[in-house]
Amino acid sequence: MSAEVKLDAKIPDGPLAEKWDRHRFNLKLVNPANKKKFNIIVVGTGLAGASAAATLAELGYNVQNFCIQDSPRRAHSIAAQGGINAAKNYANDGDSVWRLFYDTVKGGDFRAREGNVYRLAQLSCNIIDHCVAQGIPFARDYGGLLDNRSFGGAQVSRTFYAKGQTGQQLLLGAYSSLMRQVAAGMVTLYPRREMLDLVVVDGKARGIVVRNLITGEMETYSAHAVVLATGGYGNVFNLSTNAMASNVTAAFRAYKKGAFFANPCFTQIHPTCIPVHGTYQSKLTLMSESLRNDGRVWVPKKPGDKRKPADIPESERDYYLETKYPSFGNLVPRDVASRNAKEQCDLGKGVGETGLAVYLDFADAINRYGQDVIAGKYGNLFEMYEKITGENPYQTPMMIYPAVHYAMGGLWVDYNLMSTVDGLFVLGEANFSDHGANRLGASALMQGLADGYFVIPYTIGGYLAGTRFPEVNPSDNAEFKAATTAAQAKIDKLLSINGKRTVAEFHRELGLILWEYCGMSRNEEGLAKAKTLIQKLRAEFWEDVRVPGASQDLNQSLENAGRVADFLEFGELMVDDAIARKESCGCHFNTAYQTEENEARRDDDNFCHVAAWEYAGDDDSPRFHKEPLVFENVELSQRSYK
Amino acid sequence: MISKTINLTLKVWRQGRKEPIGRLETYQAKDISTDMSFLEMLDVVNEDLTKAGKEPIAFDHDCREGICGMCGAVINGRAHGQEKKTTLCQLHMRHFKDGDTIVVEPWRARAFPLVKDLVVDRSALDKIIMAGGYISANAGGAPDANAIPISKEVAENAFNAAACIGCGACVAACPNASAMLFVSAKVSHLALLPQGRPEAARRARAMVQAMDACGFGNCSNETECEAECPKGISIVEIARLNREFFKSEFS
Ligand SMILES: Cc1cc2nc3c(=O)[nH]c(=O)nc-3n(C[C@H](O)[C@H](O)[C@H](O)COP(=O)(O)OP(=O)(O)OC[C@H]3O[C@@H](n4cnc5c(N)ncnc54)[C@H](O)[C@@H]3O)c2cc1C
Ligand code: SF4
Ligand code: FES
Repeated sequence: MSAEVKLDAKIPDGPLAEKWDRHRFNLKLVNPANKKKFNIIVVGTGLAGASAAATLAELGYNVQNFCIQDSPRRAHSIAAQGGINAAKNYANDGDSVWRLFYDTVKGGDFRAREGNVYRLAQLSCNIIDHCVAQGIPFARDYGGLLDNRSFGGAQVSRTFYAKGQTGQQLLLGAYSSLMRQVAAGMVTLYPRREMLDLVVVDGKARGIVVRNLITGEMETYSAHAVVLATGGYGNVFNLSTNAMASNVTAAFRAYKKGAFFANPCFTQIHPTCIPVHGTYQSKLTLMSESLRNDGRVWVPKKPGDKRKPADIPESERDYYLETKYPSFGNLVPRDVASRNAKEQCDLGKGVGETGLAVYLDFADAINRYGQDVIAGKYGNLFEMYEKITGENPYQTPMMIYPAVHYAMGGLWVDYNLMSTVDGLFVLGEANFSDHGANRLGASALMQGLADGYFVIPYTIGGYLAGTRFPEVNPSDNAEFKAATTAAQAKIDKLLSINGKRTVAEFHRELGLILWEYCGMSRNEEGLAKAKTLIQKLRAEFWEDVRVPGASQDLNQSLENAGRVADFLEFGELMVDDAIARKESCGCHFNTAYQTEENEARRDDDNFCHVAAWEYAGDDDSPRFHKEPLVFENVELSQRSYK
Repeated sequence: MISKTINLTLKVWRQGRKEPIGRLETYQAKDISTDMSFLEMLDVVNEDLTKAGKEPIAFDHDCREGICGMCGAVINGRAHGQEKKTTLCQLHMRHFKDGDTIVVEPWRARAFPLVKDLVVDRSALDKIIMAGGYISANAGGAPDANAIPISKEVAENAFNAAACIGCGACVAACPNASAMLFVSAKVSHLALLPQGRPEAARRARAMVQAMDACGFGNCSNETECEAECPKGISIVEIARLNREFFKSEFS
């Protein structure tokens, strides 16, 4: 492809509110009797993958569904805590599809597509209806109706929840629909498989190569379309709130086969996580943002104040979010909250052993509503906190610090969720999604389920009905063979190095580089340094890594090695993207571009676009493309949460 | 968080994928911070094994937050260890003493064949769900979410049953290796809700049949499942399952 590739987002014409309806009408349909002739591969069983696989099967397609874990029910989505947004306006507090749309575009600092976000807001209501029909035990009020809570970046209560286990309940709903289709013979399930390559035949995605994680054997599968719902790449930072197996491998392999990667530098750092406490640490634990409904964030006014929180009188506490942002207070969006926590700690006002923490205090809420009410809302989160830290948050404030949490960047997709490779669709966190430069809380579950239950079932039909498919047989197809050989060669190489450093050591080092230079705040010098450091680390990895065990076996060290190898390449792409975006927006805070009040200063004249990167071979820099973002319905403004 | 370090002796079940029988091997875990989780402690041991040119211990895990249900091992004879309502990934080393010896073994049950070391095959639990652990509602046709009010109490009871993470500790703890607590949690969750009533009887029967077919044992009210369940699923759910099951026999 030439440098002048024009990225066509295929946003339908017409007024914003009518785009999706018109588009659905214009999409070609697959005749019901023909649906069973189409095979669809869905990689991933999180909210996006499980909902897509179940719904496509309900429509009559043949689905093959893959995941890394031993059961689809264990996908990372299971860990989502706080809730899912929907513009139901049950609270009668002024919510509407328009407001959810507006909040999301603004929260994302005007770096998302209007058309996609509006569709997402419209579909949000259908999701809640469907989930209730599936038996999801959402929280209810005494009248038996659904209860709502508030999340950051919004002034209405539109978040539906099931205690602090919303993701679990939503995923179990999608999983049960999926298992119903497995029982019906419409879905074949392949757990404990890791996708190692995408197979493209005659310009179309036609299959995948996976490693059977038990036997270590390579397996190939073919289909008429491939749907990736493989989640986010937050683990590139090593420490994150993501599950241990979350990776970039599937998406990165697709990138190398021609799918453009969009906005890789947009990673969300979540303000409320349990602080880091040791080098052996394997992951960070989120304390749901919903806690900011009732918890008040503060630090001592005096830098270096080492008194116990209870010994610091009210007058010597700085509730910095409440003073700085009176109208949103503790509920400012995540990027703003995280940056402010870092700023307080940089000023020496951080608390705890490391000084890298701030308090999240529930004393006022407990006094006002009683401990029972607070326990009813957040009981499991408080328990989790106590298990991990050994401290009781009913009695002493929690200590929290920002941590890597979510990837707004991902594979570039058009309005149909199709990537730049024909027939390769990308859903959920794996696509570059609808969240611009910062995602609002409770919107990822909404997006994953909208993509899976209500978007892909229509748009994939439009593709299948309008495309001719030559027969492809993996056992004698050259592309399948080449992909399999390459995947096995990489594994053999990893096992043969037999160096001195473990995979975990490389991963830790990569994480530290990215956290330092491509994390909450960035600058040109640091990014340039990160690029060199990553290149050096990658070279060392391929010389000195030690991967024990065999290829034809369950070998978790080998699995990790493959993922870290891809992170080591992908990390550089993130840095390239951060260097190219010479503005600040949302999570991407380049210190050279800030307002007088230290907020992100966008440059809409030059950077109001999606950055999409095209792989150009291992020895060449990736090619940069842009999709200009057009705002016809909202006015671009400086975000203000004062 | 006042951390200190302790030294431990581990006796860990090792069994290759093709070995018919395994053995306990002894490892020293040195300078373990009491802030570590049990799995982080195993990570440290595995790093040492890797550096010593040996194969690390295979164990399942993913979320490390007690919610995915992927982790689990029998620690000194107790599924997920001695702490109540705790998964292995959330069991912290502050509950152990310097000098302790800890025996680490996989879930043992006929329906959970061993894969390698501490990893077992729990796909039988998926088969039980396939048999009926769902409400047959296709995407797209649902009425408004508030069309049917559900009392707060009923919703909370359903939620409590739905909290099961499918870890299989109840099976590992049961002298009969029965999956009754797991089955009852799903049956109760759905039977309590009006949306789940139409299929309640069929569901109960089909899931219990699937459980038997997968090789799980019968429930003889030993209640050890409840004691070990990391999510506090109560044997009240088994009573509810029995009611649904008997109803299904008469309908
Ligand atoms: C702790 C935590 C709390 C959160 N809370 C909320 C919340 O309250 N509200 C909200 O809206 N969002 C929340 N989020 C974000 C949200 O949970 C995720 O963005 C979302 O669940 C992602 O869903 P997904 O389906 O795209 O991917 P995932 O759930 O990550 O699923 C990925 C799937 O792909 C499979 N897979 C990955 N790679 C491969 C491969 N190479 N080969 C084969 N299979 C592969 C995995 O096995 C898995 O099945 C939270 C996130 C975290 C980490
Ligand atoms: S009932 Fe409890 S012990 Fe059994 S699978 Fe569910 S969560 Fe695990
Ligand atoms: S690793 Fe998920 S429950 Fe323990």
